[in-house]
Amino acid sequence: MMRFSSSFAAALMAASLFTPALSAAELEKFADPSRLVSIGGSLTEIIYALGAEELLVARDQTALYPPEVMELPDVGYARQLAPEGVLSVGPTALLVLEGSGPPEALDVLEGAGVEYQTVPESYSAEGVLVKVDEVGAALGLGEKADAYRAGLEAEFAALAERTGAIETPKRILFILSNQGGQIQASGTGTAADGMIALAGAENVITEFEGYRPLSEEAITAAAPDAILMMDRGGDHAATDAELLAHPAISLTPAGQNKAIFRLEGSYLLGFGPRTAAAANELADLLYGKP
Amino acid sequence: MTDTMTMQPGVRPGRAEGDRSHLGRIVVAGLAVALVAAMVLSMTTGASGASVWGVVGQLFGFAPESAAQAARDHAVIVNIRLPRMILGVLIGAGLAVSGLLMQGLFRNPLADPGLVGVSAGSSLGAVTIIVLGGTALAPFTEALGIFALPLAAFGGGLATTFVLYRVATKGGQTAIATMLLAGIAIAALAGALSGVLVYIASDNQLRDLTFWGMGSLAGATWIKILAAGPIIAAALFVAAFLSKGLNALTLGEATAAHLGVPVQKFKIAAIVAVAGATGASVAVSGGIGFVGIVVPHLLRLVIGPDHRYLLPATALLGATFLLFADAISRTIVAPAELPIGIVTAAFGGPFFLWILLRRRNALSW
Repeated sequence: MMRFSSSFAAALMAASLFTPALSAAELEKFADPSRLVSIGGSLTEIIYALGAEELLVARDQTALYPPEVMELPDVGYARQLAPEGVLSVGPTALLVLEGSGPPEALDVLEGAGVEYQTVPESYSAEGVLVKVDEVGAALGLGEKADAYRAGLEAEFAALAERTGAIETPKRILFILSNQGGQIQASGTGTAADGMIALAGAENVITEFEGYRPLSEEAITAAAPDAILMMDRGGDHAATDAELLAHPAISLTPAGQNKAIFRLEGSYLLGFGPRTAAAANELADLLYGKP
Repeated sequence: MTDTMTMQPGVRPGRAEGDRSHLGRIVVAGLAVALVAAMVLSMTTGASGASVWGVVGQLFGFAPESAAQAARDHAVIVNIRLPRMILGVLIGAGLAVSGLLMQGLFRNPLADPGLVGVSAGSSLGAVTIIVLGGTALAPFTEALGIFALPLAAFGGGLATTFVLYRVATKGGQTAIATMLLAGIAIAALAGALSGVLVYIASDNQLRDLTFWGMGSLAGATWIKILAAGPIIAAALFVAAFLSKGLNALTLGEATAAHLGVPVQKFKIAAIVAVAGATGASVAVSGGIGFVGIVVPHLLRLVIGPDHRYLLPATALLGATFLLFADAISRTIVAPAELPIGIVTAAFGGPFFLWILLRRRNALSW
């Protein structure tokens, strides 16, 4: 059984980043948001951005930014919430990113008198703006959210103008992990795919959805101009040297030009308040500063 | 105590045998008390700080707490801790008894549903439902609802147990090495088929499968007890009638038959009970390892091989062990939770090695 589960190790990070997009459902103001638990790093970031952090009493494992958030108790992994653990922080309201659960845990929490609402996830500029709207509505901070949204919209507009002017988009391979030479790459429908598009580039892998192991020949055939990865701080499992020594990658333009770019995971793939900045930074790396 | 592994109970009743029976009764009684203590512990500990006394007080109208707090405590106790405690008792007893039954059936102290591939077969059944339940198998899951997953896990466990038994047994003799190797082969095959399903699973299903593979009682709900509880309870009920047959079987199938045990029917009953308890446990709680091998071993060391005492003692200690492991899993990293399979393996693995080292010279496996 344990052996069986370890075969999913590479997919661990993958799944946490991918949820299918759903249309926005209008959230309503919580009856009592005074003791709020936020599940989903991007939601937590938005709560801080709206200056409502004094409401927060706990976070989940994916909430890593801003640094102060680390002082809050961690109620565990978003898709595997333990109801009693969440209840132990005495919450009055629970704001969860789509895909959190399991559903029976949320039902039990609701049964214990904790109101919960789900914010939709989508890996686009629009998705970020919807999150801001929804968090604002749920916390009764509509005006603040509108003002903040306007700033973000301007950022995204400037980004769109910049990327719209790119004549030959770079072709990117997003590598989730490189375990013993087995490359896990992002197909479509992922946060990585959304970020590549936002930065004015193209994902070289469009044959499948989600994160999958990629054959060496497929890597060579895809011939990416650059490789994008998460920066996990001293990633011994996938150093640049190892990647460049990979027989398939060494044959690609990215390998030959040593074009490997890394950005911190929650910044790159979080689809929260820092997403426009991350896309701009990625565009800087790919095309040079404007 | 070097004779505990020779498994020849009741052959020559004598003074030592009488002592053992006496000890057996004492241990069973002691374990019943321990289980009650573990149940109380399970109901009274938890991250939320809700107290049973608060709820009792509320029922009798002298609750000192606020109404909102009382309602929340009530929800925690009734909808979180109570189903979790019941499921922990059922699964702990079910897994431990499954291990004991397999060890008796194969006449081998190493047999365990986890080691010989039965859990892998159950997992395959469960993974099939998780991945394909919404698409290819939708008619099946719609027809059976919440029972689809336990039944699929039960079917997977039953099929692997049956194949294992057929492969490893010839002329009534089960070759130990054949059994373990067949178990590895079956586990590998079930793992490969699971791997195919994993490959086509969505990323979210993958993440769910990963945690599911580590085991947890966190998802315990009344619905799950309704789905899996009857299967496990039925398996335990069947097992309760097998102790004399298990004792006879330790002397060999031919002797057991001469002693009046309907060997074939007996073996089928044991296999179905193992598949039922393991399959239903795997379906609701994922992979919880080492309960089935460590608990019977420990008890055999203490009270000897007589299944009349070993069987109830195993059920009681299995339940107690799992409740303790669960208490640890939900408090050690509170408010988050550690998957319980990690806790049982962390205790069970070293303990199992210790048994092996202790008995290295005495055993003739």
